[in-house]
Amino acid sequence: MGLITSLIAITLRAGTSLVYATIGETFTERAGILNLGLEGIMLMGAVTSFATAYYTGNLALAIAVAVAVGGLMSLIHAFLSVTMKANQVVSGLSLTLFGTGFASFLGQRLGPASNGRYLIGLTGPRFTPIDAGALGQVPILGAILGQDLFTYGTYLLIPLAWFYMYKTKNGLWLRAIGENPRTADAMGVNVDRAKYGYTILGGMLTALGGAHLALAYTPGWSENITGGRGWIVIALVIFSMWNPARAITGALIFGGINAVQFRLQASGTNIPAGFLNMLPYLTTIIVLVAITWWETLSKRVGSPASLGTAYVREDK
Amino acid sequence: MKKTLSVFCVLLAALAVIGCAKKEAPAPAPAAAAVVAPYKVAFVYIGVPGDLGWTHEHDTGRLAVEAAFGDKVKTAYIENVPEGPDATRIIRQYAQDGYDMIFATSFGYMDPMVEVASEFPKVKFVHCSGYKTAENMSTYFGRIYQARYLSGIVAGKMTKTNIIGYPGAFPIPEVVRGINAFTLGARSVNPKVQVRVVWTNTWYDPVKEREAAVALLDAGADIITQHQDTVEPQKAAQERGKLSIGYDSDMRKFVGDTVLTSPVWNWGVYYVDTVRKGMDGTWKSDQYWEGLSADVVRLADFSPLVPQDVKDLVSVQKQKIVGGTWDVFTGPIKDNTGKLRVNDGAKMSDGELLGFDWLVEGVVGKVQ
Repeated sequence: MGLITSLIAITLRAGTSLVYATIGETFTERAGILNLGLEGIMLMGAVTSFATAYYTGNLALAIAVAVAVGGLMSLIHAFLSVTMKANQVVSGLSLTLFGTGFASFLGQRLGPASNGRYLIGLTGPRFTPIDAGALGQVPILGAILGQDLFTYGTYLLIPLAWFYMYKTKNGLWLRAIGENPRTADAMGVNVDRAKYGYTILGGMLTALGGAHLALAYTPGWSENITGGRGWIVIALVIFSMWNPARAITGALIFGGINAVQFRLQASGTNIPAGFLNMLPYLTTIIVLVAITWWETLSKRVGSPASLGTAYVREDK
Repeated sequence: MKKTLSVFCVLLAALAVIGCAKKEAPAPAPAAAAVVAPYKVAFVYIGVPGDLGWTHEHDTGRLAVEAAFGDKVKTAYIENVPEGPDATRIIRQYAQDGYDMIFATSFGYMDPMVEVASEFPKVKFVHCSGYKTAENMSTYFGRIYQARYLSGIVAGKMTKTNIIGYPGAFPIPEVVRGINAFTLGARSVNPKVQVRVVWTNTWYDPVKEREAAVALLDAGADIITQHQDTVEPQKAAQERGKLSIGYDSDMRKFVGDTVLTSPVWNWGVYYVDTVRKGMDGTWKSDQYWEGLSADVVRLADFSPLVPQDVKDLVSVQKQKIVGGTWDVFTGPIKDNTGKLRVNDGAKMSDGELLGFDWLVEGVVGKVQ
């Protein structure tokens, strides 16, 4: 494989979990709910999916469990922020604290007795890259085809999410809820129900991102396997300007630069490693600043106007 | 306002619960005849005993203490203690609870321990990998670089591409010393070897460690070793059908026979000895830095993939180091810009080793 092809392959692989979580959070934020619990949800998705795969050997069931756990956790957030009208930042942060701690706890209790009840260090079934046969040898195309099913899932998810959000009636309503829930309400949309639905959907997709880490990318469970990727996703949603089609660029730039910087180091470059390590984060910040600046000029798209605020029907 | 306050309190409580899971080792059954209170020993861990690496090895040492003294000692530990104010609080708590000896197993616990040690002159404090001591506070570490050198010999003999990949955590003396010792070992048997270093700037991030290893494999490395805290680099090498050398613990047990060997810690030797001295009153504050000869560091058992002639080579060098006739950093040693740094026959002092900030010839990489 040529250099470009191998870079594309590694970038797609590294970006997969970010794409799931970014699109999930885009749906949630479009419905006006800010969910800062992503890191916790990803970790819970990772630990529960790995434990399921380890004991049952059934990868489909493992994914189902991760999706269910992600849905349940975000249901807590939806309940607090939609029904109880609590502060979404506080609720999201506690979800991350809870998820991080609980995932670590499960990782030390769910394992077999032979491993001291630890899940860490075990190997279970995993998703492996698909062998594309002769097509796998074609430059670039080979990199796109030679991926695991999770990455194939993103090829479908991105256009579907974009189509749903911009080309369907439900998508229009979703965007309306985030911009002005009162108008959406007046149009006959059940705002609270929609907010619940999209928050839960977001949590499910985020947990899938976590499952990708534990079942395919770095197979197995290790404490804090996400390494803060849940927080990066929050930035990537802004980066993609709440558009699922752009979610791919953010995730791929972040995932890709990480892969490229290690390759630069491995080739013995003179650029300081500290600078290279900083690049993914630096790029994210620069693009965020650039977008904000460009936004004020063009005023075309910005964050959903009602993001983070509770909607109370009777309010004047 | 009241609501915000109550939410905040709940958050704080949640933090406190998640922050540290305290675990007491099961207390030994009280023997009817023995009325002597057990000697109480506490350990403060940076990670979890199940991390397969650093903390796993310290916990193995703790278990060795229990095995050696039975119900004459009582041990306890707290895992996942962040370096900083939390460490101070936890160390102080152990001292207040009447523990006789407290081990703190990460560099960042140094200043917290110095602070608490001054408040409890009767308690014995023992800190790993630092440099500050007091009347009642010792420091200890192991010369793992000696085992690294031996593992370098294995890698140097077994590489076919002559490129070895080395994901490193941070460019600090401890890591640099390991890279240099490994490279000297590899080049002592194969002068064509290049050791390529990639810094991740993190001790613990499974995804980054894997990405770094994959980048090195793509750059042509056919053996991966590492100075990190997870087994991901070893797993990445295995998935590509390549070999690796572990670190901290015997990673062959967790990954498989593609892990040729691992430089490992054997803290039990030191812990048992230190606790014994504490119990019989001969303990004195000191700075402990021993290696292969004291058995506090080891080279783990070889994988069946390592041929006999390589094992023999390692064994010869090991005898020299253990016997004290020779040590790893004996000149002539050049740095990787070609400058002679250590003269022929000269030996680097411990002070120089503890402040290592340059890479030896054969390392592709930089110390920033």
